[in-house]
Amino acid sequence: MVDFDAALQRAPARHPQPPGGPAAQQPEPPGAPAARPSPAPAGPAAIVVRDVRKQYGEVHAVDGVSFEVQAGEFFGILGPNGAGKTTLLEIIEGLRQADAGAVTLLGSPSWPRNHALLNRIGVQLQASSFFERLSTREQIRTFAALYGVPDRAADEMLDLVGLADKAEVRTERLSGGQVQRLSIACALVHGPDVVFLDEPTAALDPQSRRNLWDLLRDIARQGRTVVLTTHYMDEAENLCDRVAIMDHGQILELGAPATLVRGLDAPTRIAIEHGTLAQDEAHRLFPEAEVSDDGVSLTIATRAPAVVLSALADRNALRGLSVHGATLEDVFLTLTGREYRA
Amino acid sequence: MRSLGSISRAIYFAFRRDKTAIFFTIAFPLMFLVLFGGIFKGASTSKVDVLEVGPVPVLDSLSGDARAQVDKVLTVTRQDNLAAAQDAVRKGDAAAAVVQQGDHLSVFYSAADQVRAGTVQGVMQNLVMATAGPPKVTLSTEQVEDKSLKLIQYYTPGLLGWALAAGGTAGAAITLVGWRNKQLLRRLRLAPVNTSTILTARVLVSLGIGLAQMAIFILVASIPYFGLKLTGAWWMAIPLVIAGTFAFLSIGLVIGTFAKTEDSAQGLVQLIVLPMAFLSGSFFPLDGAPGWLQAVSKAMPLRYLVDSMRDVMVRGKDAASALPTIGGLLLVAIVLSLLAGKLFRWDDV
Repeated sequence: MVDFDAALQRAPARHPQPPGGPAAQQPEPPGAPAARPSPAPAGPAAIVVRDVRKQYGEVHAVDGVSFEVQAGEFFGILGPNGAGKTTLLEIIEGLRQADAGAVTLLGSPSWPRNHALLNRIGVQLQASSFFERLSTREQIRTFAALYGVPDRAADEMLDLVGLADKAEVRTERLSGGQVQRLSIACALVHGPDVVFLDEPTAALDPQSRRNLWDLLRDIARQGRTVVLTTHYMDEAENLCDRVAIMDHGQILELGAPATLVRGLDAPTRIAIEHGTLAQDEAHRLFPEAEVSDDGVSLTIATRAPAVVLSALADRNALRGLSVHGATLEDVFLTLTGREYRA
Repeated sequence: MRSLGSISRAIYFAFRRDKTAIFFTIAFPLMFLVLFGGIFKGASTSKVDVLEVGPVPVLDSLSGDARAQVDKVLTVTRQDNLAAAQDAVRKGDAAAAVVQQGDHLSVFYSAADQVRAGTVQGVMQNLVMATAGPPKVTLSTEQVEDKSLKLIQYYTPGLLGWALAAGGTAGAAITLVGWRNKQLLRRLRLAPVNTSTILTARVLVSLGIGLAQMAIFILVASIPYFGLKLTGAWWMAIPLVIAGTFAFLSIGLVIGTFAKTEDSAQGLVQLIVLPMAFLSGSFFPLDGAPGWLQAVSKAMPLRYLVDSMRDVMVRGKDAASALPTIGGLLLVAIVLSLLAGKLFRWDDV
């Protein structure tokens, strides 16, 4: 792995957070970031969205959305296809004008476009928005020039995302993960304060996704505000300080992933190997729990996992034990429903 | 300025590394130039083959100027057998067979090629009269092609116009559609870059390509084998190429606002450019075309470009003759650009 930390130190956000702000938070060890407390609202918010509405014909793409993103926060927007995420993002970025409401980005309105503001935001789009037939190095140097950033800094950014050895390769020949890395590098090349990432890990294999997560965490650690849209709940749980769950143009729930999961009050699912404990006995032992046996595992869904676990331990019936709490995915499906949407 | 430079460079690299684009804007029209230049080059200098059966003193006794004049028109080959010679004429291998017996000269020709047969008869008539004694009539022949437009003179501006139209139109249309579909236009809108900078970059690269096309065409057509001869105000073709490129880019922009994919843009470009080239006299003159076709051709911007380029490059007209065309092409560019601006979408939603 590339040492992101060392490299990112050389390309800090242009406006570092004051001490005591969210940037001063200690980075969490991987695996536990969901437990991070939401940053306290210190100083002006990076993004303020006030009752934004946007209608296309009969469709309310965005229907009265309000929220704030604090400087230095890693903010996620989740929602099924067609929920209005992309339109909302476009309005925040200043690509589209809202029908009603207002967006303040870094203290100034995001519509109409203004170059001073565009210099302070970085955007990574879903499609690989690159110039045709350019090499990786030419690509990032071209984007760097748009922001008046020298070639040398562009090359360093390439190094930072681990693409230095692909500098001469045409972008058409890069792998999916490499394309996303380059795309993120192009969004970061001018050291923006706010970074928008639209489904950065879509269509990546599990290794590439985790590899990219490390990069995204390092970006956030530099005090940048990051807004991420994603379909992957584990991604949001792993990376985001707070998430907004969106559907039908509205925000259904907003909060830290752990808070949302706890708020769901879903049962914990304890599974042991089939045959370790008879289903009847399990029913008798845990009358308040839901017990099922599919011939592979016996599953006990309970709201009192401690009691169940100690009872199982007493009977030495822990073979093949696994314990699953509710996840953000459960929150998401509870809020947006389970029916398939094309 | 750095933005303009970097976007222009990106567009230029995309063109230089695109073999299809290079082929259709430079190699393909150039192939036509070489082909037409090569095929029709022979037509103006081809001589008439004549078979001389046995000694023909009327021909053999010629010398000096008279000999040179005859050689300009006839290629005389000796053949001993009269029957074989007549057979060769019948088959079209030779235009005529000539036999002299004493004071009598016989010319055998085929009705299938009366033009060449007529040439031989005419020359022989002259020679017979010349040998009959004074008053001597001297034979003089001259190629009419030297006085009017040689074919390479016609084709160089015509095919160059077609190449410019194909390159300019495709350049704008495919850049616009490709960048929109890749969300690159959207990405550029999120960078501190003006739309005018992006457009200027595309225009600069297309102007460069257009002038390069012109230079390559003139250089290739000027090699002695093809023999293009430029006339006085040929340099006026430079502003013509520039104005033409603006007009074709604007046509491409309009196509680009309609087309959904790069392939459909490419198709639309060919659908418009190829008929326009035919109707503008790029490939053959429209003088003999029916009236309605000539009327349609008057609506083609390419027609005026090709006409004016011929006027200044090979017909020797003065520089000022190109000014109305330059004005007209720029007007087309302005009107179509405004239309494209109205129809413009920076993404697919």
